[in-house]
Amino acid sequence: MKTIKFFLATLILSMTFISCSDNNDDPIVISENPLEDFNMLISFKANNHSVEIYSEQQQFSVGYNELFFRIKDDASDNYITNADVTWKPIMHMTSMMHSCPNSMVSKTNDTSVYTGYTVFQMPGNLDEYWELTIEYTVEGQTYNATERIEVNAPTDGKKTVNVFMGSDDTRYVLAMMPMTPEVAVNDFSAKLFKMENMMSFPAVKNYKVHIDPRMPSMGNHSSPNNEDLIFDTSSDTYMGKLSLTMTGYWKINLKVENETGEVLKGEDITEENESSSLFFELEF
Amino acid sequence: MKTEYSIGLSHSTIGTLKKTKLFFPVLLAMVFHCFSTAQESKVDLVTDSILPVHLEEVIVISSYNKALEHKSHHKPLSTLDEYLESSNKVNMIKRGAYAWEPVLNDMSSERLSITIDGMRVFGACTDKMDPITSYVDVSNLSDVHVASGQQGAEQGTTIGGGIDLRLEKSNFKPKGWVGSVETGGETNNEAQIIGGELNYSDEAFYVDTDVIYRKAENYTAGGGEEVPFSQFEKYNISANAGYKVSDDQQILASFIYDEARDVGYPALPMDVSLARAFIGSISWKQSNFVGDLKNWETKLYANSITHIMDDSQRPDVPIRMDMPGWSDTYGYYSQAELTLNHHKFLMKLDGFYNRSLAEMTMYPNNPNEREMFMLTWPDVRTINSGFYAEDEINLKESSLKLSTRLAIQGFNVADEFGLNSLRIFYPEMNQRQTRFLKSVSAAYHKKFKTLHVNGGLSYGDRAPSVSEGFGFYLFNSFDNHDYIGDPDLKNEKAIETNVKVSLPLKKINIGLEANYFHTMDFIIGEVNPDLSVMTIGAEGVKVYKNLEYADLYNISLDTKYEITPELLWTGLISYHRGTDQDGQNLPFISPIAYNSMMQYTTGTFSGSLTMRGAADQVNFNPVFGEDRSNAYTVFSMALGKSFPVNNDTVYVKAGVENIFDEFYSTYTDWNNIPRMGRNFFMTISYAIN
Repeated sequence: MKTIKFFLATLILSMTFISCSDNNDDPIVISENPLEDFNMLISFKANNHSVEIYSEQQQFSVGYNELFFRIKDDASDNYITNADVTWKPIMHMTSMMHSCPNSMVSKTNDTSVYTGYTVFQMPGNLDEYWELTIEYTVEGQTYNATERIEVNAPTDGKKTVNVFMGSDDTRYVLAMMPMTPEVAVNDFSAKLFKMENMMSFPAVKNYKVHIDPRMPSMGNHSSPNNEDLIFDTSSDTYMGKLSLTMTGYWKINLKVENETGEVLKGEDITEENESSSLFFELEF
Repeated sequence: MKTEYSIGLSHSTIGTLKKTKLFFPVLLAMVFHCFSTAQESKVDLVTDSILPVHLEEVIVISSYNKALEHKSHHKPLSTLDEYLESSNKVNMIKRGAYAWEPVLNDMSSERLSITIDGMRVFGACTDKMDPITSYVDVSNLSDVHVASGQQGAEQGTTIGGGIDLRLEKSNFKPKGWVGSVETGGETNNEAQIIGGELNYSDEAFYVDTDVIYRKAENYTAGGGEEVPFSQFEKYNISANAGYKVSDDQQILASFIYDEARDVGYPALPMDVSLARAFIGSISWKQSNFVGDLKNWETKLYANSITHIMDDSQRPDVPIRMDMPGWSDTYGYYSQAELTLNHHKFLMKLDGFYNRSLAEMTMYPNNPNEREMFMLTWPDVRTINSGFYAEDEINLKESSLKLSTRLAIQGFNVADEFGLNSLRIFYPEMNQRQTRFLKSVSAAYHKKFKTLHVNGGLSYGDRAPSVSEGFGFYLFNSFDNHDYIGDPDLKNEKAIETNVKVSLPLKKINIGLEANYFHTMDFIIGEVNPDLSVMTIGAEGVKVYKNLEYADLYNISLDTKYEITPELLWTGLISYHRGTDQDGQNLPFISPIAYNSMMQYTTGTFSGSLTMRGAADQVNFNPVFGEDRSNAYTVFSMALGKSFPVNNDTVYVKAGVENIFDEFYSTYTDWNNIPRMGRNFFMTISYAIN
């Protein structure tokens, strides 16, 4: 009898061990401000309207910035919905002006929230600054709102954007998409733009970005089962897989190839060559 | 019920009888002690059978007051590792002066079932720096049972065999208070050993306590070269107690605390700052169980091990790192015996649950960089439920033993971080897996006039170990490779045959023993040239895989000659060979090895002269970092004498090991670290009766 009870107890115990399950259900948050979970980076007034720009980030950063914004009619205290919006970021340098790769502005599910991304190639400084112009049309009337914005280097100082001259004598901008790195096989993606002129940066399709993640502090240790970034038409993004075998500082060495497999920039990592001239950085 | 008998003479008789059955193994061990003058010998654990089947080797640990009974071993306070190494069957892999890893039939940890009084304990070090034998000391033990191949399956799934470390217990012997103090010293490594024991035992209750402390500095190899980082310090305390609930029923409990600090591993790039174990059990024994079932014993146990690797003492490392590991095991077994005519059955149910977790944190030389962290054992939960049964059949002039073990073993990679890490290598890997393990064996013993012939045939398998299945960049300094586990490894299976022919004559005893293991899906690391090393300076990365098969042969001849009643000579020579399916040598296979001992015992005096050696290691495996170990021969001697002091006894033993200060290393010495040079030792034991 004792034995039976004992085994029963053991059985139940072992069942408990086996039946533990993970619970990943996220709670559904209902909030009045659809951007409550984001940080407001800037708010400025123009045309009796207030423009509020939000991001998941704490600041406008060099690299890829996904931005959300709303325009409030200060008179009625209501947010303007369904406006037609365009934008243009401009860098005012001492000797010249240029723009940066950026998306069209699109509407979100919430009709008062507009979204788009910009890829700032450089931070502002005392003499040089970024300016963001938003043009929006409400009920047939078009408004312009321009404000100087402060673009800083990323807080961790890691490189997430590369501006380079390809072997085809074209200037490109390659930006890493934000990610939360884990010791795992991570989804990894980047956007590639061609600099047509100072103001036009169209996305480049069907190239290939080779990746070779390395840990310089660990004798240039690399990881297995990485997948090079291939162009994905639906998202206009280069997508691949990045394996990270441990936490710490990783240098993602890159090599960009055009449709014909011609290397535009970047070198293979070998015993002699520890790093490519084109790379992203990650630290976690 | 039983109180009826508890008066007068009849009580004691019956009591003794029952005890006899109950403590059968212990009594046997005692009987064995009385007969044994050799440092070890084969013991046959069957009373009523004239022809015992077992081929177990029992290594008697002579500690404390038993050291007084047993002047047998050449060095009473030596480490458990030294005791094991002196045995015929066990070899020890050395990474330093401490925590040697037992090897049986040329197979080590993951292919053996090593238990403490039947308890499963798993080391917490990913680099095998803490074999189970390092968490007990001679002060805890009465003897060590070594069973080859599937004969060792009683305590758990195994391929190579079982090593059961049996705890020393007073076992209701009416001795009252008994105490002893022992101290010893060695010159070579300035080792100091001090131990004590205090026991109380009567017919209804006993409690045994002991403590031992060892501290050793770096040792010096033959020729005078100091081996840096070979120091160690450890202490061990243990207590065990028993209470007789009734004549027939007893409750027993045991507890061991073992802690080693500042342990150097000269053969490895790291040392150990802490290796600690808590090992506890509680058991219930009764001689009569349900129906005809006898000798029912049930034990519940738990143990917890913490092992912290550390390189802070090393002056020059490419990168600083911490590597702590933890292993907790909870288990039970319950067994009973049944005797029917010529059959003697033993049935056992057992199970354990183990949790193994190990991490590695590396500190970059650039202080602005974040530390690098990984899980090297991803919190692997192992659950094993087993059933073991054996039947010993007494035939005319022969006996047959049939045994089987069936087990279910499940693995669960409980840590999400760890699971994702492994999925870098195995994207489709399941978090959980279940394996069925089985073993069957038959052993036969027949007597032809004076010649005894033992033969056995068995089959067994094992699941991969935590490292083999789930290890993540485990650095092996021997072959200088990082190792990655493979969760999809097949179970390793072995067919084993063994034969022993022995000729026990009046004064001379000759035994020839051979075994052969044909191991299918042999698990071993293989270089994957596509993988990038993690450890700075490593040559490559190996991934565990199943070889098609591997063959292992072991042959040994041992001889015992009683020249006079006082003078005994024993000799052993053994040959080993291990190859894979392509005829490649397996690593860690012994060359021809031999030992010879002359022992003189009379009354209170004993003396011994030992020679040990090995031939050149001709068959080595360079891929595993092996090179040819040279032949060597070393000599040791010891003298012991006991004196009565008042009513107490003092036993003094002194000796010298490696008399000619030979510089040598054997095939088991990790990275060829040299062995200890000439070493004088002396121990003094004082027993308070």
